[in-house]
Amino acid sequence: MTLSFVSDNAWLDALVRMGVVGIILPLGVIMLTVIERKVIGRLQMRLGPMRVGPHGLLQGFADTIKLLTKEDLRPQSADRWTFELAPFAIVVPVIMTAVAVPFTSDIFVSSLPLGLFYIMATSGLGIVGFVMAGWGSDNKYALIGGVRAAAQLISYEIPLIMSVLAVAMIAQSLDLSAIVAGQADTPNIAYLPLAFLIFTIAGVAELYRQPFDIPVAESEVVGGPSVEYSGIRWSMFQMGEFVSMVLISILGSLIFFGGWNLPASWFTDDVPVAAQVAQMLVKTSFFILFFMWMRGSMPRLRIDQLMAYCWQFLLPLSFLQIIINGLVLVYDWPNITLTILSGAAAAAAVYLTYRAVRTSGVRYRPAASGQRVGSVL
Amino acid sequence: MTTEFQLPAETELETIDINVNVGPQHPATHGVFRMVLTVDGELVKDLDPVIGYMHRGNEKLPENCDYRQIIGYHDRTDYLAQFNTEHCFVEAVEKLGGIEVPERPQYIRVILAELNRIASHFMFLGAFGTDLGLPGTSFMYAFREREVIQDFFEEITGERMMYNYFRPGGVAWDVPENFRDRCRQVVKSVRTGIDDIDSLMMESEIVLARCRGLGTMSTEQAINWGISGPMLRATGLAHDIRRAEPYSIYDRFDFEIPTGSRGDVWDRLVVRLEETRQSLRIVEQALDGLPEGPLMAEGMKRILRIPAGEVYMRVESPRGEYGVYVISNGSDKPWRHKVRGASFVNLSPLRELSIGHYVADVILILGSIDIVLCEVDR
Repeated sequence: MTLSFVSDNAWLDALVRMGVVGIILPLGVIMLTVIERKVIGRLQMRLGPMRVGPHGLLQGFADTIKLLTKEDLRPQSADRWTFELAPFAIVVPVIMTAVAVPFTSDIFVSSLPLGLFYIMATSGLGIVGFVMAGWGSDNKYALIGGVRAAAQLISYEIPLIMSVLAVAMIAQSLDLSAIVAGQADTPNIAYLPLAFLIFTIAGVAELYRQPFDIPVAESEVVGGPSVEYSGIRWSMFQMGEFVSMVLISILGSLIFFGGWNLPASWFTDDVPVAAQVAQMLVKTSFFILFFMWMRGSMPRLRIDQLMAYCWQFLLPLSFLQIIINGLVLVYDWPNITLTILSGAAAAAAVYLTYRAVRTSGVRYRPAASGQRVGSVL
Repeated sequence: MTTEFQLPAETELETIDINVNVGPQHPATHGVFRMVLTVDGELVKDLDPVIGYMHRGNEKLPENCDYRQIIGYHDRTDYLAQFNTEHCFVEAVEKLGGIEVPERPQYIRVILAELNRIASHFMFLGAFGTDLGLPGTSFMYAFREREVIQDFFEEITGERMMYNYFRPGGVAWDVPENFRDRCRQVVKSVRTGIDDIDSLMMESEIVLARCRGLGTMSTEQAINWGISGPMLRATGLAHDIRRAEPYSIYDRFDFEIPTGSRGDVWDRLVVRLEETRQSLRIVEQALDGLPEGPLMAEGMKRILRIPAGEVYMRVESPRGEYGVYVISNGSDKPWRHKVRGASFVNLSPLRELSIGHYVADVILILGSIDIVLCEVDR
């Protein structure tokens, strides 16, 4: 937990680290918007943006200038302070989370002993902003979107936390550095495939991206909570979304893929900084590109299917993972037992999801017949 | 489909329903259609469709035009199935005037109408994917092949949208010399496009989970509501005007009528996708049989005067039964000109199909009807 990365002066060091977050994150978001448009463009046999800069790579900066200079509109009937503060209620928790996420063993703002706990706690706060935006806009699409966001994000917090908890049980620590250090030989995904599956699904749902983009569904609620926002306030929503995506990706690479250690730690005990950065970049990009790929090729679920999938399926499975972990830890079984049990459960989960839709058909019941939740299982 | 609504659970809280206005400017209404939803949370309790924003007098205006000028109005009635609608009108005039159409224009008309059907179904599949939540991927897949078809039409007619190519008694001018080769290229390209869309949408578990069992209607209900086209065939009834009441030269071709079993959104999707394959079969057979010969019936005058009388002609347009009713009083203009638009009739049970469903499902049900607002409002 050295603070001597930049300077011996602790104040200067902290200031520089904060500055890096303050500059890197917006720049990263600007580039990610372009990259996403390019990736989805390629998926759709298009070129994506091509006009601004070489291969359209500066498109994000042009968009930023456009958004900054746009008029900041507020509907006359909107609840003034709720409306104007909502974007900040979304962005601030995300930035607070970013403070505690280490990128390599030395590049971070602050490494907390309870880092994982802190990240989970702060990342859940953004929901408040969505509900505020949905309510404050005085727009029915925004209201429906805000309520959907509240239901979805709160529900999927639980499997997400459970899967992260499974990792913490194995690592016996909530400190991300310690979790990464514990994976010097084998990444956690080898021990906890089920937890990884749950983490990925719940992570996509937390990011409200396809196929879980129900709160912002373009063809239904036309953008959801952000429908009345324009200019810089709208770009706050965008920034919150993309920074969360980066953070979930970094978190996934840290707790499941061995973070900055693997695979270089197989060959040397002291992984050089350049290798750490490169490994983290590759792993994070894997997650980010996976999210973009999903966005380009997946249709949207319905809200009741989404909730049923969470409560009837992901939640029991995440408890199952916790129970497996507990058994292995209490009886001190070898780690391979964990791999086998968790892997079998993951395979069963995939098969059940497949079978639920493909064979016997979806038991879709129109709500008018008295059935409130149409089950997917 | 019951239209009763039950409160989901006992509750102490006082709740009110809200009206959500969807349209006329909304990404999912496919034009200027508007529906006022009364929603209780996510459930739709009532739906009030509002049409008429696109009314242009497309039935009345032709009564002041001579028969050649009217063809353009049919292009504009259903702007996704221009050749099918033109086909209907010229067949109506030929039926009333007793005009014998030569073989070659008949074949050309069938080829173009069937390709137009494919283009229209592609438009549906692309737009439906967007309703489902794909960010334009299905649209791009569908539009790649639709472009091929439209380029082909442009080579023949000089237009990409309002073709105005069929004439009472034949077609306006001959097709280009390389017509057969180009058409076979188009067919080949479209065939891969259909397979691509098939694997993108039909093999997705989410599409299945969303569409299966949604918006069901029985054959009996469909007939009572006057439904036609793929929506009727999705209920299991193999009714296709090309087969039931063959017009033009459709009795010469071998093709199947794809049907569904439950009449839900999924079946409508499958029926439309399969119809594109059958249309390709017709196009290939017509290409093999395309003869040389005159392009216009004998003795056609520049100003066409049709003997007094009345006629109703119907064709199978991509959306269903497209009909034209013409009364002539012997002059060069129709005395009465009425259009039966398939999407107008297919849209009518929207309220019955939608009540009790989730908001997201109503969007899918509306999308699966495949409306063209120009045809609804005329």
